[in-house]
Amino acid sequence: MKEYINQGSNDTRSGFGEGLTELGRTNPHVVALCADLIGSLKMQTFIDENPTRFFQVGIAEANMMGLAAGLTIGGKIPFTGTFANFSTGRVYDQIRQSIAYSVKNVKICASHAGVTLGEDGATHQILEDIGLMKMLPGMTVINTCDFNQTKAATLAIADYQGPVYLRFGRPKVPNFTTPELGFEIGKGIVLQEGNDISLIATGHLVWEALEAAKELKNQSIDAEVINIHTIKPLDEELILRSVQKTGCLVTAEEHNYLGGLGESIAGLLARKAPTPIEFVATDDCFGESGTPAQLMQKYGLNKEAIVKKALQVLKRK
Amino acid sequence: MAHTPSLEKIVPQIRRDIVRMVHKVNSGHPGGSLGCAEYFVALYFEVMEHSKSFSMDGRNEDLFFLSNGHISPVFYSTLARSGYFPVEELNSFRLIDSRLQGHPTTHEGLPGVRVASGSLGQGLSVAIGAALSKKLNKDPKTIYLLMGDGELQEGQNWEALMYAGAKGVDNLIATVDLNGKQIDGSTDEVLPLGDVRQKFEAFGWEVIELTEGNSIPQIIAALSQAKAQLGKQKPQAILMHTEMGNGVSFMMHTHAWHGKAPNDEQLAVALSENKETLGDY
Repeated sequence: MKEYINQGSNDTRSGFGEGLTELGRTNPHVVALCADLIGSLKMQTFIDENPTRFFQVGIAEANMMGLAAGLTIGGKIPFTGTFANFSTGRVYDQIRQSIAYSVKNVKICASHAGVTLGEDGATHQILEDIGLMKMLPGMTVINTCDFNQTKAATLAIADYQGPVYLRFGRPKVPNFTTPELGFEIGKGIVLQEGNDISLIATGHLVWEALEAAKELKNQSIDAEVINIHTIKPLDEELILRSVQKTGCLVTAEEHNYLGGLGESIAGLLARKAPTPIEFVATDDCFGESGTPAQLMQKYGLNKEAIVKKALQVLKRK
Repeated sequence: MAHTPSLEKIVPQIRRDIVRMVHKVNSGHPGGSLGCAEYFVALYFEVMEHSKSFSMDGRNEDLFFLSNGHISPVFYSTLARSGYFPVEELNSFRLIDSRLQGHPTTHEGLPGVRVASGSLGQGLSVAIGAALSKKLNKDPKTIYLLMGDGELQEGQNWEALMYAGAKGVDNLIATVDLNGKQIDGSTDEVLPLGDVRQKFEAFGWEVIELTEGNSIPQIIAALSQAKAQLGKQKPQAILMHTEMGNGVSFMMHTHAWHGKAPNDEQLAVALSENKETLGDY
C-alpha cells in the first residue's frame, strides 16, 4: 500500500497564489481581477510584480465577470478571484451569458468553498457551486485537494482554451500530492490501488479518503482511492474501470450531494454500469458557524463518515 | 459629414430589412431596432474604423458592443449591409440552425458579434473589459457600446459605471438609447430613471446630450465630440433621445411595438413608407 506523507499542511488558496505568481512571470497574457479579497485569494505577489495586469474591481462581482469576458477580446487570459459563493451563485447569469454561452477564455478562481470556510457561517459557505457550474455547457469544473495540486491546476488552466471554474478552500490541510502524480485536466488519479471498494474523492475529502482506506485496511478491506479533481469533463473511463473491478464505491466531497461529484458519477454508472454507491456529501442543507474540523465532523465529511458509508455499501455488493 | 446623403439612403433599406425579418418569423423587436437605425448607420458606415474580415480579437480596429440584444434586427441588418456576412442570410433570422439567433451570440460564429447579449445590463461591463484589453495591448482604437434606457434598471450597469468613472476608462464611448419606453409601458410608468445625465456625471462620466437621436448629422456630431474627448481620463456617454419605431408611422409614439411583429397589411404600409434603396435581400 502506497503511503502518502503530509509534506506540511498549507492552504489550497496559497497554492493558487503561487501558481498565479508563476503565471505572472511566464505568461504575459495572464491578467487578474479581484473583488476586494486580495489577501484571502493570495494575489498580492502577482499584483506587486504585475501592477498593470491587475484590476481591483471593488465589491462588484457581476461587473468583474463582465470585465473578464471583455478582457479576453484582445487575447488576455483573465483570472477572477473571490470567494466561491460570490464567484458562482451571485453572478450566475453573468457567467452564463457573457462567459459560458459567449465561449470566453475566463478562469473563475474561487476560494473559501464549502463548510471549511468556518466561522463566517452559511452566507459564505457555498455547497452548491459545483452543481451550478457543471450545468453550464462548455464549463470545465475543477476542485483541487491540496496546495500542490491547486498550484498545478492554476498553471494548467492557463494553457487550456475555454472557461474554467477552479474551486479551492480556506483552511490549512495536508499537502501530500507529489509531482510524479502529474496534473492533467480531465484525468483522474489513482492514488492507491485496491480490489474491494472504490473511494472516489475530490477537494479536501481526498486526504480523508486516504485516511479512511487505512482504517478499512485494518478491517481487511482493500480500498482503491481515486482523486477526481476534474468533475467536468469527468474521467469516465477511469471510474468505470475501477468500479468494474471493485463492484461498489463511495464518493466524497465537500458539497451538497445534489449537483456534486457523487451525482455525476451516479449518473454515469446508471447509464453504463449500475453499481452500489453511497455519497459522503452534505445532505441538502446549509452550513453554519464553527471551526472547520467541527463542521466536517457535524456534516459527515471526514474519514469516519467515509468508513461508515464504505461498510454500508459493501453489504450491498 | 460629407457622406451624410448616402448614409441617409441606407436607413430606409435597414428599416425594410428590420420589418421584413420580424414579419417573416412573426416575432422579434422592431420598435427599438427602428429607433436606432440612424445610430447604427452612422456608426458602421461613417464613424467606426473597422475591418469586415472579422476576428474576435479585433486588434487595431474600433469595436462595437450591443448590450440591449433584443434589437438584433438592426444589428444584423447593419452587419450584413456593411459586408460582415451575405445579406441573404437575413432570411434565416430566428429560424432553426441559423447564426442569426433571436438575440445576438458568438455561439454560432456570426461575424461581427463579440459577446452574447439579451439578458440585460451586461454589455457595459464587457465593453469596459475590451477597453482595458486595448489599453494593455497599446491599441489606440475605440470601444463603442449601445445600451437601452430600460436596462439602466439593472444594477450591474451601476457597478460598471462606477468602475469606468473611478478608473478613468477613457477609450470608451457608451450610448444610451433614451426612447423612454420598455415592455410594460413608459420608463416613467414602470420605474422612473431619474436624471440620467446627473447620475452619469456623478459617477465620473462626461455626458453629451443628443436630443435628435434620429438625425444622422447630429449623431455623427455627437460621436465626433465624444471621440475628441477620449484619452482624458474620463469615459464618454451619449444620451441619445430617439423615437421608438422611427420611420414606420404606426409604430411611433407607442411602446406597443417593442416586441411585436407586423401582419401582412402592416408590413405593406411599413414598406411603402420606406423605399428600397440598396436592394432587398
